[in-house]
Amino acid sequence: MTTPLEAAEPAAIQAAGPGDERPTYRGMLRYALSKAGGALFSIAMVLVGTFFVFRLLPGDPVRNLAQGRNMTPAQLDLERRRLGLDKPLLDQFIDFVGDTLRLDLGTSYEYKRPVLDLIGERLGPTLLLAGTGLVIAVSLGIWQGTRAGWRHGSRFDRFSTGTSLLLWSVPTFWLGLLLMMVFGVGIGPIPGILPFRGIESVDAPDGFAYLLDVGSHMVLPCLTLVAVVYAQYLLIMRSSLVEEISQDYVTVARAKGLRDDDVRRHHAVPNALLPTVTLVFMRVGFVVGGAVTVETIFTWPGLGQLFYQAISVPDFTLMQGTFMLITVAVIVMNTLADVVYHILDPRVRSA
Amino acid sequence: MSLLELDDVSVTYRIAAGELPAVRGVSLSLDAGAALGVAGESGSGKSTLAMALLRLLPKDARVGGRILLDGEDVLAMKWGRLRAVRWAAASIVFQGAQHGLNPVRRIGDQIAEPLLVHGLAKPDAARARVAELLEQVGLPAWRARSYPHELSGGQRQRVMIAMALACSPRLIIADEPTTALDVMVQAQVLTLIKELVAEHGISLIMISHDLSVLADVCDQLAVMYAGRVVEHGPSGEVFHEARHPYSRALAAAFPTVGDPVSRMAPKGLGGDPPDPMQLPGGCAFHPRCPVALDECASLDVALWPSGPGRTAACVHVKAAESVGVAGAEEEGS
Repeated sequence: MTTPLEAAEPAAIQAAGPGDERPTYRGMLRYALSKAGGALFSIAMVLVGTFFVFRLLPGDPVRNLAQGRNMTPAQLDLERRRLGLDKPLLDQFIDFVGDTLRLDLGTSYEYKRPVLDLIGERLGPTLLLAGTGLVIAVSLGIWQGTRAGWRHGSRFDRFSTGTSLLLWSVPTFWLGLLLMMVFGVGIGPIPGILPFRGIESVDAPDGFAYLLDVGSHMVLPCLTLVAVVYAQYLLIMRSSLVEEISQDYVTVARAKGLRDDDVRRHHAVPNALLPTVTLVFMRVGFVVGGAVTVETIFTWPGLGQLFYQAISVPDFTLMQGTFMLITVAVIVMNTLADVVYHILDPRVRSA
Repeated sequence: MSLLELDDVSVTYRIAAGELPAVRGVSLSLDAGAALGVAGESGSGKSTLAMALLRLLPKDARVGGRILLDGEDVLAMKWGRLRAVRWAAASIVFQGAQHGLNPVRRIGDQIAEPLLVHGLAKPDAARARVAELLEQVGLPAWRARSYPHELSGGQRQRVMIAMALACSPRLIIADEPTTALDVMVQAQVLTLIKELVAEHGISLIMISHDLSVLADVCDQLAVMYAGRVVEHGPSGEVFHEARHPYSRALAAAFPTVGDPVSRMAPKGLGGDPPDPMQLPGGCAFHPRCPVALDECASLDVALWPSGPGRTAACVHVKAAESVGVAGAEEEGS
């Protein structure tokens, strides 16, 4: 009988033979750079698209701005020249690109103020509302999805999956208006208990009371936002967990004597999370754009509402600015998602 | 006392269409340090039986009978006791080449996990133990930092074996440990299992469809068909002179390497394993049996002694041995 060592030796040599396969961080950096290059190209395309697509929209901004006022054709021409709308389209585009690269997003036709300032003002409220909504929706979705998937077919699974799907299929504006009517305005003798207009009360107090005031204004829009989107996190988490449960390594983990919770936490969930991470990062990009519908319904002074107002003029510079901000955020986040996925999943790393 | 004793073990899955009997009354025993092979086609219940030993079957499976591990009934254990027994007393080698390893965790962590879970080592000591285990299965210690996808199928299987050895269990259950490996690697892995088991005095239950592999590694062989043991005995005898027609077909299904006669005339077995929901009456094997008699359709023969230390469940065996026993008695009187 041979000793194990003798038998093991050829295998050891063979195992070490193909060379050190440990992950190289230089490869990682190269990957991140190539992704960043791709992202820059996409952003350039967005610049082109933004300019020309919005010029295709119907409506003459100058005429709309002059609405209600009596203006002579000469006055209208003057206004056009002031806005630079009299130049050939190509010249307008070159100006636009140059200004954008200098981070000058132009002046809003409607507000007569720099677009960058307007966006700066609106970014905070939007990040607050949509960011909070995203965090709640993702946590709720992943938590319920994990529970539902781990015991799929259980009563909890049927209830939570059914509820989330129902809410997902409800139109955002309808749910928003409904919540507004029930909790904001009040039905019949029951008074409304929550504010539903804007981000703060007219007579907003200072200090901690101010935070409470803003918080109470956030409840209804946030609820609407979360209710209609959390289903996608729940469903993707649930289905990928169900898929992982049937894998052998989960049985191995159970055979090792791990508690059920530890099998889930340390083995099944880390694998099931991977597809969810991608989705979350994609949504983070959209957070910047806010939720146009929700912000409009609840007159939340965010980017979504600004964008909505810009379209109704149409306020070209403002539309370009907000649209570009949203698309750039989405592109950046997608790129980041790729890189993060790369870090989380060792299989992608070496591929 | 034997290390493991199965007493009339049955497993029934409750599914939408009714009850599906996967294992029907299996009684086997395994002595400390011995190796038992369980053979059978897919669907014969061999893997279900293996999973039942540590109660790893899904919730819709009902296990009956008694599974005595060191004299303690696994089926009657409380949850905490069962968790303590898992891996520490008996561990499992899965098909590591496929999905037995968690793809997003380093293999060192996966090997160390049972040590930490059972409180057998502190993290530092566990790391040292992992290096030692990897060396035992012929892998360099730095492999502990690798992820499963960075290893070949054979290397992954070695990791599975290292993992199974981690807590120095008394019993290892190897479920198709060489399936999906190419023949050369298969031989290496088999040698490794054989040596480690002998060196550490570990008992082994090995599940496979390949009778020749089992005959090579194990002392005893049990052949399963439709959830039952149809033949049991010392592995060489069962492999070379099987008494049950199903064992004969299984043994003949793999050509002997270097023997042109067996290669030119492979003896397969026609038909498919029976649907467990609709088992044929009498002997479950009779519709596919080349030597079935009329009575096989109604007569269900239990395991019958077919030689010293051997049993087989076949009407032919019963007839031959009954005559033999009767004849011997007559001669003696």
